Amino acid sequence: MRVNVTVNGSAATVDDVWEGESLLYMLRERMGLPGSKNACEQGECGSCTVYLDGLPVCSCLVAAGQAEGRAVRTVEGLAGADGLDPVQRAFVDAGAVQCGFCTPGLIVQTHDLINRVPDPDDAEIREALAGNLCRCTGYEKILDAVRLAAARRREDA
Amino acid sequence: MEFLRPTTWDDALAARAAHPGALPIQGGTDVMVELNFDVRRPAALLDLTGVAELRGWDADGDAIRIGAGVPYARIIAELGGRLPGLAQAARTVGSPQIRNRGTVGGNLGAASPAGDSHPPLLASGATVEAESAARGVREIPVGEFYTGPKRSALEPDELIRAIRVPTAPGPQYFAKIGTRNAMVIAVCSFAVALDPARRRAGTGIGSAGPTPLRAREAEDFLAAHLDWDGGGPLDDVVARKFGDLVAGAASPIDDVRGTAAYRGHALGVLARRTLGWAWREHTGQTRREAS
Repeated sequence: MRVNVTVNGSAATVDDVWEGESLLYMLRERMGLPGSKNACEQGECGSCTVYLDGLPVCSCLVAAGQAEGRAVRTVEGLAGADGLDPVQRAFVDAGAVQCGFCTPGLIVQTHDLINRVPDPDDAEIREALAGNLCRCTGYEKILDAVRLAAARRREDA
Repeated sequence: MEFLRPTTWDDALAARAAHPGALPIQGGTDVMVELNFDVRRPAALLDLTGVAELRGWDADGDAIRIGAGVPYARIIAELGGRLPGLAQAARTVGSPQIRNRGTVGGNLGAASPAGDSHPPLLASGATVEAESAARGVREIPVGEFYTGPKRSALEPDELIRAIRVPTAPGPQYFAKIGTRNAMVIAVCSFAVALDPARRRAGTGIGSAGPTPLRAREAEDFLAAHLDWDGGGPLDDVVARKFGDLVAGAASPIDDVRGTAAYRGHALGVLARRTLGWAWREHTGQTRREAS
């Protein structure tokens, strides 16, 4: 089938989409956007998190056809013309990346969190990231990165 | 496979009637797992997320009528004050990403005995509004909706349009056992709802039987033995007997998430604990957190 979807601000038409495939598969395998990662395929790990009409979702649990007419924003769509998004910059600076597989999902989820909650406390950060698994870092550096991103954003505001 | 994408409720009902093999999909948090793992290969997917009529809720007399497409995140944000039991259960579903997509309508459609919505729907006496193109609307009391593991009273040509949940007439609490505070399929779960004006109590048991269950004997026991007008603390003997009756109402099995014996024990604890919270709220010793 054909799916018409806006991805990272650009309208796209994707053909030969299998009716049962996920939005994640369509993004990665048909649209050349491998930033969103395919790990658990059951919503457990959060590595495939993207914005769908402004809400973070697990793209592995969205049928590709459900994105028809909707707007998707992936980790590839966060950086601006002037370089990395502040959340991406904070993850680099805080050393919050080891193997990097979980990072795109954590970045999108953190991006959403600090948009909604400019000064999140630790409980709010843990709650927001509860659906994003990292098997390398033990999460401490990730929490540092979220705090750093939020603090820099408040300074810039 | 076909992908059916109606944009009106009438078109959705027509598609349901014309494609008995189609699998309805809302947020996809159950359906897509089955597709991704090739557990299920339906003839068609019937995507209901384009049907605007399903995406809202409204107050309807003494009840809230929740469209089948309202995600858990909105139930938490918008209905926590009026439907505290359902909102508490919604808070325990998956992760923020899952709660942005998953719906009570989908939970009912899947009819898993472990679904988090079911105990508070049972405890509060909710009804399911099902509709078919051929026969119109029928209201199914939620206690009659679950007919077996992942089976429901829904006919092959019917879709869930809405869930009608009575506005809480008193304290409602939900608790769930799992290995962590997120991304947990319930080992077992329990909901209690008190209606002090009518001197009635409702219960719902999850993940401890072939279907979600009510503990009717435990409800009758509370109605008769709670000191409704007394305002004093909960009688420990009443709480313990209530826990025993709830545990006795379940018919759990041993599976990967827990043993039958553990589930029985834990249900007794959850029943006493949630009743304690509800009673403290009823007697004014605590106030429910605003949500």
